[in-house]
Amino acid sequence: MTLPEGARERWVRTGGIELCVAELGDPERPTVVLVHGYPDSKEVWSEVASRLVDRHGFHVVLYDVRGHGRSGVPKPLRGGFTLEKLTDDFLAVVEAVSPDRPVHLVGHDWGSVQSWEFVTVERTRGRIASFTSMSGPSLDHFGHWINKRMTRPTPRRVGQLLGQGAKSWYVYLLHTPVLPELAWRGPLGKRWPGILRRIEKVPAGDYPTPSLASDAAHGAWLYRDNVRPRLRRPRADAYAHAPVQLITPSGDRFLSERLYDGLEDWVPRLTRRVLPAGHWIPRTRPDRLASWIDDFVSSVERERQTEAAGEARGDDAGGPVRKAATGRYAERFAGQLVLVTGAGSGIGRATAFAFAEAGARVIAVDRDAESAARTAELSLLVGAPEAWAEAVDVSDEQAMEKLAAKVHAEHGVVDVLVNNAGIGLSGSFFDTTSEDWRRVLDVNLWGVIHGCALFGRRMAERGQGGHIVNIASAAAYQPSKALPAYSTSKAAVLMLSECLRAELADQGIGVTAICPGLVNTNITATATFVGVDAQEERRRQRRSTRAYGLRNYPPEKVANAVLRAVVLDKAMVPVTPEARGSYALSRFLPRALRALARVGPPL
Amino acid sequence: MTTAPTAGTRELSAELRGFRRVQRLAYDCAQAVAAELRPGVTEREAARMQREWLRERGVRDWFHLPFAWFGDRTAFTGFRVPLQFFPTGRRLEPGMPFILDLAPVYEGYTADIGYSGALGAHPVQERLMADLAAHRELILREVRERRSLREIYADVDRLMVRQGYANRHRAYPFGVIAHKVDRVRERRFSPRLFGFGTQSLKGLVADALHGHREGWSPLWSPYRFSDHPPRPGLWAVEPHLGFRGTGAKFEEILVVTDSADPEESAFWLDDDLPHVRGWAGTGATTDTAGKAERK
Repeated sequence: MTLPEGARERWVRTGGIELCVAELGDPERPTVVLVHGYPDSKEVWSEVASRLVDRHGFHVVLYDVRGHGRSGVPKPLRGGFTLEKLTDDFLAVVEAVSPDRPVHLVGHDWGSVQSWEFVTVERTRGRIASFTSMSGPSLDHFGHWINKRMTRPTPRRVGQLLGQGAKSWYVYLLHTPVLPELAWRGPLGKRWPGILRRIEKVPAGDYPTPSLASDAAHGAWLYRDNVRPRLRRPRADAYAHAPVQLITPSGDRFLSERLYDGLEDWVPRLTRRVLPAGHWIPRTRPDRLASWIDDFVSSVERERQTEAAGEARGDDAGGPVRKAATGRYAERFAGQLVLVTGAGSGIGRATAFAFAEAGARVIAVDRDAESAARTAELSLLVGAPEAWAEAVDVSDEQAMEKLAAKVHAEHGVVDVLVNNAGIGLSGSFFDTTSEDWRRVLDVNLWGVIHGCALFGRRMAERGQGGHIVNIASAAAYQPSKALPAYSTSKAAVLMLSECLRAELADQGIGVTAICPGLVNTNITATATFVGVDAQEERRRQRRSTRAYGLRNYPPEKVANAVLRAVVLDKAMVPVTPEARGSYALSRFLPRALRALARVGPPL
Repeated sequence: MTTAPTAGTRELSAELRGFRRVQRLAYDCAQAVAAELRPGVTEREAARMQREWLRERGVRDWFHLPFAWFGDRTAFTGFRVPLQFFPTGRRLEPGMPFILDLAPVYEGYTADIGYSGALGAHPVQERLMADLAAHRELILREVRERRSLREIYADVDRLMVRQGYANRHRAYPFGVIAHKVDRVRERRFSPRLFGFGTQSLKGLVADALHGHREGWSPLWSPYRFSDHPPRPGLWAVEPHLGFRGTGAKFEEILVVTDSADPEESAFWLDDDLPHVRGWAGTGATTDTAGKAERK
């Protein structure tokens, strides 16, 4: 048995068969019912369930759908798996485990397909408090989705139809008689664990369970009993009567993201979440799922409590007002842990705010404690559920180690790491002393190395994806006689990012190098100019600050580019138009760029 | 408030009393209109409400017609041409911030004020308003030190960046943080040009011409023509902070004199204004400014 320790099993009798139901955690707490998909049994949820119980303190209920795992098999098989019967099963289970309070429903794959039925039929009203759907659309919504595209085909709609049509190949195969059963009980059943590991990157272990072959053979009737009738005649009243959280894996091989376009018409209260992962997220991303389920369930519970309290008092007093994350990328970053170095000013601060706006939990790291605290404080105001400030110098290895230990102990593994801290240094190579070199490399290169090594390692060990963003510079590929040390450090950062990207690709961790260009930040005011006296240095700082101010490219736009790059998993992003121009030159006309390098800046 | 003498303790001349009267009238108008704002009101309607409120109380001429900005227009998001400052048909929604900016002329005295608020609680804007207290003190202190206006502008800019905000007065014509206001002759006929009263514009242009010869300017900008110590007179100062689609400002008159006594050389015309009272209530004081300066 692969369920976590302390699982209490019981049998629930319904419609002539017995269902195997497992319970975890304190029954007094809100109940979360997890429904598995095809070809699975309730054990697919073991990782998520243990987190929901241990970290988030829920009462978790899992059951084997009829014909799967240790539950009974309906006889005959044909007609034994209709959505109506599955709804009966669900109601029987809920009646047994939580007779007084509505439950929070979570479904994956076919578990989500049937849960959509539960949450849209009238006889379950009041029994479901919320529903979290992943990788399983409502067959009724799907039917309307197809009809809409068939009756009014535009090129885009035809493309969407064909795209999903191609992804559904296995559904057609499952409709052939006998063959699927033979395959599953034969070679496919044996190979399946290996296929999951190779293609879906599901970690090895005690999943899938030994019952796989019979689960998959019986489960084929889920498709045969329901898909054709429902798609041909979808219900017109399939409106959800509970709040729904939709988690869409963006790398799903079987379901197009476009399936959920227009879902708002069916679900009055919809929360969308996007996860860059494949189909089997309960196995590959349990931490993220548990945290999103917790956020959603807790917010619904809070709402129900205030409603109850409001009714009791006879007024409509709400809880404390907190700004919900409204940013463009809130679907993707809500609740994620983001660490930004150099977050006390400029690009780092703007990036912290942009992540905060997308609902991420932000750790603002800066050498200057006060400005880091300020960034954390304002992050809370624009939508971060939590934000912390840390005063650390990224070039100090021991301090960084201490920071990493503290972060991992208190907040967990970082989901997005932004290595942004950097300093400027300008002047002839021969005026640059080894002390100058050391300082620039310590911050610009070693800071990034420390960040990637300490936080990236834990990210890789966790094996649940993540992203590392390193802020390089247009100077990384654009030579200049004025910036030998700075450009060298940034070129190293760029190459480090590329190599790390190659190494971490298999772990689902993306690495991005951002090359901003001339951006209006205080890097010019704090830059060192070697080979000149203090007065001249101040003059040059002023002049360059003025020049950057006239260019006036705001750091907020770089921050947007950072978020976009993480969402799209870009390898390298030049940001300002001049950075993009010189990147094009470096690829197609490198000699022109070399000629430009000989022209000094007009300071 | 440790240094600024309050309006109560200072003996104001008849002229300054006239300016203070109209500035209070303008703030009364802004507060009255802000209390009337409801979801669905458009910017144009809010501007008209201000105009009508003041017309009923005898205002006939304007430095500029009232402005109203709602939502992300309070931070001048996406403003490219000055015409975008004029009120639009945008409707106020619950939780939206707004700014009212009006400049009536009453009995020949000019006021120019800005009033920030929101429909319901708006933590970001409340924070911006609290942080503006530091700017009010910074400006007064540096004007008393007779620093060049351009330098003061740069210092205000630096303080904003340190606070994490964007400078939004940069979007105003000439990027001004302040401009001079003066007495205006009362005429029966007071036409306006692009929303600005011609009498006031005439005064401003005359000042600009004089100043050009003598090396000063009635516009307090980041440019070279503002590289001179504060010129005695009345300055309508309007620092405007922006933070991710939310803006906040105050605007009020700073009196600059040629007195040798620092206390008398510059002072805020009136310390009994809504935003100042707000700071006194919450205890937002010089701390932020002091801390920022020590860095």
